[in-house]
Amino acid sequence: MFRLFVRQKHLHSETMVDSISIFDRKRLIRHRRRAAATFSNHDFLFQETAVRLRERLKDIDRDFHTSLELGARYPVLENQASITIDIDPTLGKGKKSFASMDEEFLAFTPATLDLIMSNLCLHWTNDLPGALLQIRKTLRPDGLFLAAMLGGETLKELRSSLTQAELEIAGGAAPRVSPFADIRDAGALLQRAGFALPVTDIDTINVTYENAFVLMKDLRGMGETNALTCTPSSVPARALFPKAASLYHQRYANSEGRVPATFQILYLHGWGPDPSQQKALKPGSAQNLLADALNSFEMSSGEKAKPGTKS
Amino acid sequence: MADEHTPSVDPKLLEILVCPVTKCSLRYDHEAQELISEQGKLAYPIRDGIPIMLPDEARSLD
Repeated sequence: MFRLFVRQKHLHSETMVDSISIFDRKRLIRHRRRAAATFSNHDFLFQETAVRLRERLKDIDRDFHTSLELGARYPVLENQASITIDIDPTLGKGKKSFASMDEEFLAFTPATLDLIMSNLCLHWTNDLPGALLQIRKTLRPDGLFLAAMLGGETLKELRSSLTQAELEIAGGAAPRVSPFADIRDAGALLQRAGFALPVTDIDTINVTYENAFVLMKDLRGMGETNALTCTPSSVPARALFPKAASLYHQRYANSEGRVPATFQILYLHGWGPDPSQQKALKPGSAQNLLADALNSFEMSSGEKAKPGTKS
Repeated sequence: MADEHTPSVDPKLLEILVCPVTKCSLRYDHEAQELISEQGKLAYPIRDGIPIMLPDEARSLD
């Protein structure tokens, strides 16, 4: 998905402002501001993930002194002492400890925070590996990073309906739904960013809508509509969306005539490395036999193969 | 610029902020309401008590 994207970008490179940015972050802010007034009518997904993130945090029996929340639209931490950042400075009104910052350019002294949380905003970063690395560096040893982000299966029905509609109208298609990281990518990225004890898991939330237009209205209400840098305007929305909505209905409608939408949530957990954390021992360093622990005898698995001899 | 009505930045936050480009420490200019990155030659504005740590919004010191 990602590779395909980059190739298409080069084809359109003369119209590109920045050839490596997938998302137009200024457009993202415009979408979110447009959505802000009625966001509470459309924030069910954010509510759901916030509840689940709080539960996970409660399971980790520990006091975090200095905490940071990435993204201010639907904060998880209710604690006034925590710091919040958001790329949009208007979200800082009335907050005691707020800075406007890009998740891709964190501006904190390394190793100063005990807890970093994020509720559904990291899927809009252009450089997720870079953002994760900066998050890990900002954590104190044995500090926790806990985040929810949208995963690869999210809006798969909408993605394929839009692509099919555009293929039928224009004979070609461009991505209109964000590429999302999948669970394996997320795990590998946590590991690569140097987190200790990384864990990722998935939750799938299925929602049904009256039709695809209601879904798109909901996405607009969340401020989560397309902010890709290279969406071409060759097919006007008024031609594309009715076609896509009818394909969506044909392919996915259930027996009651409603259409489903999949939201896949990836949960990311990782710790700042610390010598006190449990580690696997070196192979061959065991002091006791497994057979003793099991009250059993250790038996050889047979004669060893002799290299170079034929029987 | 700064007067008694200027909202103050949380001192705990101010203490741990660095320049997002160079990751070097910042000097707080209370009068101009700016955070100065000497190495990055950038001044980050503080608006209504909110530090704007976005390189795009910073004033160049060159």
